[in-house]
Amino acid sequence: MKAIVDCDSFYCSCEKVFKPELKGRPIVVLSNNDGCIISRNVEAKSLGIEMAGPYYQARELIEKNNVAVFSSNYNLYGDMSQRVMAVLKLLAGRDRIEVYSVDESFLDLSHIPTEKLEEFSVEIKATVERWTGIPVSVGIASSKVLCKLANRFSKKNKGVMLLDTDEKITAALKETMVEYVWGVGRRLAIKLKAQNIITAFDLKNVNEEWARKNLGGVVGLRLIKELRGIPCIPMHDPLKVKKMITTSRMFGRKVATIEELREAVASYISRAAEKLRRQYCVAGIIKVFVVTVNNNPKEYAPESLALEVKLPVSTCITPIFLQHALPLVDQLYRPGSMYLKAGIILSDLISENSVQYNLFMEPDSENQKKIMEKMDNINFSMRNDVIKFASSGILRNWRMRQDFISQRYTSRWEELKEVK
Amino acid sequence: MKTIKMGINEFNAANYKGSKTFNQWDVQSANATGFGAAADDFMERGIDLNEQLIRNKPATFFMRVNSNAMQNAGISKGDVVIIDRSLKPLSGKVIIANLNGEMLIRRFEKIRNKVRLLPEADKLSPIEIDASCCDFSIWGVVTYVIHVP
Repeated sequence: MKAIVDCDSFYCSCEKVFKPELKGRPIVVLSNNDGCIISRNVEAKSLGIEMAGPYYQARELIEKNNVAVFSSNYNLYGDMSQRVMAVLKLLAGRDRIEVYSVDESFLDLSHIPTEKLEEFSVEIKATVERWTGIPVSVGIASSKVLCKLANRFSKKNKGVMLLDTDEKITAALKETMVEYVWGVGRRLAIKLKAQNIITAFDLKNVNEEWARKNLGGVVGLRLIKELRGIPCIPMHDPLKVKKMITTSRMFGRKVATIEELREAVASYISRAAEKLRRQYCVAGIIKVFVVTVNNNPKEYAPESLALEVKLPVSTCITPIFLQHALPLVDQLYRPGSMYLKAGIILSDLISENSVQYNLFMEPDSENQKKIMEKMDNINFSMRNDVIKFASSGILRNWRMRQDFISQRYTSRWEELKEVK
Repeated sequence: MKTIKMGINEFNAANYKGSKTFNQWDVQSANATGFGAAADDFMERGIDLNEQLIRNKPATFFMRVNSNAMQNAGISKGDVVIIDRSLKPLSGKVIIANLNGEMLIRRFEKIRNKVRLLPEADKLSPIEIDASCCDFSIWGVVTYVIHVP
């Protein structure tokens, strides 16, 4: 059997751990730049505040109901997520966890005897909550799709739902609309409903040949089998090496000058190159993109422009990326345009040990690598990008807006929670 | 609970705030001869405070005390306390309590079913926890104090 452990309204729960005065109050957390609502607790949900809705649209509802509003505090959420995952690793075993996202993990429970599954899950839930303060719910079943389905019912069942018998599975399938099945998107749900496939139970009973034809080939077939309790989606290797690294952000305000645009791109390159080195890879292609918007207030038509360059030798050295990518910004820039967003993508990633030599170019020298390593170490331990490239700017006026950010309780001495 | 005495300057002035890693190249005398070479054989990683102060990493949190409620227990305003949420709050332990939306540091007392939060300061009185009147829970157990003398 497998399980999924899902943190309840994760970002809101993180804020609540350090603010007991929020008990019972509706909470929402906003996305980067305070644009959209990306997390809401049960109380906020019941007010009718929508997920992913723009903040300004919900503002009246928020103010009227005294909803607590937070900007996203990724330092805090990242730290709390690591704690939750560390507890899960300890309880289930280091090799039995697949961290699926910041707030959910699949566990391989094949080593737990069937009659102990419920007890074990209750213990997992209680321990995570006691140790980290983050409430979680657990769904247990034979396949990943059924785990996700079980998890939907766990909230009404003290946070743990075990789908171990055919009767329980059938009842759960019949109660779940197709759009809530893991892997069924909104568009597919509409298509299925037109075919009179309304519930997960209907979907489970479709003909395999039909599934292969209409649900996207093997993927669809796998989904049907998973619904029937046959595990087809394997547990992933927990340490996945990324094939592509993207760093992009919306600007806090529209940016008009080329200097600011260059600074933003340079700082994203620094961040992406750091991530690249962390997975011991080099990149062969760097792509720069900007999103621009015209000044015509009647017609909001953002436009994305991109340029990429293939590097002579794959590299992980920040200055080399800067040297090749900054000229792309100059080419993309059109005076008079306003920019909303910029980003960079590193691709064609390979392990740093398998670099193709170029007859005319040396690959990264040991010295350059050492400098990068020292820089990463200092930035990691002292934070706030103590060492940065001058091209990435000193003032950084274009940085994101975070008007309602809470303290970084778990990562800064200056911002610890105070007790009386 | 133990108290670590530490000079204010050493604690606050340290501008290197990260954890350090130790490797071969940090042994300054590695290439020396004579006494240096002998000392090298006994070189080992220095004392790591985390090792002593953090028993259960995912359950350990730091907080700053902003009152003199526990002064007589050696915990003063401005001190940092280390909290382990995985420990059982036994009677007599210093705890962080959630009381009506506020976080307090007090000594926990449980005699039969009667729960009290005891301050250790002359001017404060104990708080009796009555399930009907207040919203009370235990946030975690204080394990160490980093005290500025």
